[in-house]
Amino acid sequence: MLIRSLMSAAIVAAGVSYAWAGDISGAGATFPFPIYAKWADAYKTETGNGLNYQSIGSGAGIKQIKAKTVTFGATDAPLKADDLAASGLEQWPMVMGGIVPVVNLTGVKSGDLVIDGPTLAKIYLGTITNWNDPAIKALNAKVALPDLAIAVIHRADGSGTTFNFTDYLSKVSPDWQSKIGESTSVEWPVGIGAKGNDGVANNVAGTNGAIGYVEYAYAKQNKLTYADMVNKDGKTVAPTIEAFQAAAANADWAKAPGFYLILSDQAGANSWPMTAATFILMYKKPVDVTASNEALKFFTYCYDKGADQAKQLDYIPMPDNVIAMVKKAWAADIVQK
Amino acid sequence: MTATALENAQGAGSVPMDRSRALGRPKLSDNGFRWMTFLSASLVLILLVGVAISLFIGSWPAFRTFGFGFFFSDAWSPPKERFGAAAAIYGTLVTSIIAMLIAVPVGMGIAVFLTELCPPLLRRPIGVAIELLAGIPSIIYGIWGVYYFRPVMQAYIQPFIMGTLGAIPGVGALFAGPPLGYGVLTAGLVLAVMILPFITAISRDVFETVPNVLKEAAYGVGATTFEVVGNVVIPYTRVGIIGGVMLGLGRALGETMAVTFVIGNATKISTSILAQGTTISAMIANQFADADPGLFTSSLLALGFILFIITFIVLALARWMLSRLEVKA
Repeated sequence: MLIRSLMSAAIVAAGVSYAWAGDISGAGATFPFPIYAKWADAYKTETGNGLNYQSIGSGAGIKQIKAKTVTFGATDAPLKADDLAASGLEQWPMVMGGIVPVVNLTGVKSGDLVIDGPTLAKIYLGTITNWNDPAIKALNAKVALPDLAIAVIHRADGSGTTFNFTDYLSKVSPDWQSKIGESTSVEWPVGIGAKGNDGVANNVAGTNGAIGYVEYAYAKQNKLTYADMVNKDGKTVAPTIEAFQAAAANADWAKAPGFYLILSDQAGANSWPMTAATFILMYKKPVDVTASNEALKFFTYCYDKGADQAKQLDYIPMPDNVIAMVKKAWAADIVQK
Repeated sequence: MTATALENAQGAGSVPMDRSRALGRPKLSDNGFRWMTFLSASLVLILLVGVAISLFIGSWPAFRTFGFGFFFSDAWSPPKERFGAAAAIYGTLVTSIIAMLIAVPVGMGIAVFLTELCPPLLRRPIGVAIELLAGIPSIIYGIWGVYYFRPVMQAYIQPFIMGTLGAIPGVGALFAGPPLGYGVLTAGLVLAVMILPFITAISRDVFETVPNVLKEAAYGVGATTFEVVGNVVIPYTRVGIIGGVMLGLGRALGETMAVTFVIGNATKISTSILAQGTTISAMIANQFADADPGLFTSSLLALGFILFIITFIVLALARWMLSRLEVKA
């Protein structure tokens, strides 16, 4: 067993080093993987340069970039400014998206079910265990809720999606904050662990009575039933690109050192409560300047020409003023030829 | 080889120097061969000791920080940096025990049927089927477990167990719901299916080594098939059976992917075997890739070290049992 896991670690490592010269290598978050894959495909058609991106989770992405096995790391859980300074890394937001609660209940369609933050926290704390609980009934007078145990699905691996999800739960539930806290992997009181956004999507799709949380693109691709949410202003919102955008509009990136900003639980009548940005990490003084330059060219392409593709997958492109700030930071901080 | 060398030496003439040189050549290649095999054999030892030492060094920070409490704590909180191995050790042992409880009697039953009772026409197809089952990669069992077996567990088997065994006062807590399909019992059952072919194949092979004379003698004095199996076949082959059982147990203890798929990956100990749990190898597979260097990584390595020790103890026990049996026999 151990030998097997060591071998798989070796294979992962080998995969990174064998990426041929023309490819830009990166690893990390699974949350933005669908859009990175799409951008990489378009970029390859246009320039002939490929991208080798391994969606292995934010925690692993941070680990890989710190081990310098990849040119860039990707994470949904931003590093704090002092951590960035200590490791010599530059960090910037690449794209934004929404995390949605997904459920598997016979006869319940997307948008039928409404859930609020405190209830979601209680479900994940294990204090609400059945779908016919009064707290869920109070929010869903019109839905016939079954007498069925809730199968709580969460991530088993370290995950930026988990970071943003638990950050939201900490903001809306003091209980969650004191007992569990927010991190890329936490000590789950209940539930079933699955690997990756796709693993959670699969488990929810296959388990009657399940609830999980995934990036919106995964819910859409896997045709999962999502729930609407009650936001900070007490309004019920559906997960749409407009709702994600409304939350993102609140963000004041200029005042965030190292672009450290978390977008969950934003004010505004139309704001989706679990909106998140995803970040790229690269060295200010890269070992391989050529590779670093190539990666920056790719990110410039994504910023300049990738907005429409992002919207097609229901991600929110960064606003122009933020892109200008990021490019200014690159020019100032990252060694380029 | 020596014969040819001698012939060559004679053919070369009668100079004594040539003769000794010719004789020396096979000696040289013999020596070389001996050293090569010796080096290959010592490589195994070096690897074993190397793995043990590097695991121990890697896990030392965790052992130093948590002490013996590491073995008894079921805390596993990366943000608070509190780690304990109890949940993983418990899950590893319980899933393996469930698997053995089912696979050993069933596997031996199949082997008895194949060697003693099966019509000759069926013997080959069933035998081949078992060997094919033994060759299926574990990931396939995992996919089968999560897509086909788990929904059956959730819809039928677990509600049935909760309604019957779960209603018994006292032991009921062992079989408490909710029925989610994922859990320790599901993992144990999938493991049972995985190791069943091993135990069956080895039991059948050793049962076939029983001399017919012995069996015929027993039948001759009026023993039934059941008595022949119980008093002749199994005692005669117990060393081989233990070997097969240990091989199965080894696979059950270390199995990773199939278990990860169905066990639910909850780093907690629950009284109920229907509840979610985890195993040492599942924990490492899920969390190693993104564990922060420091205590988190060290605790995962410590889990690996513990699995190493558990496997070692199992093997040592098997050796000890075998040596006792050999003394008796």
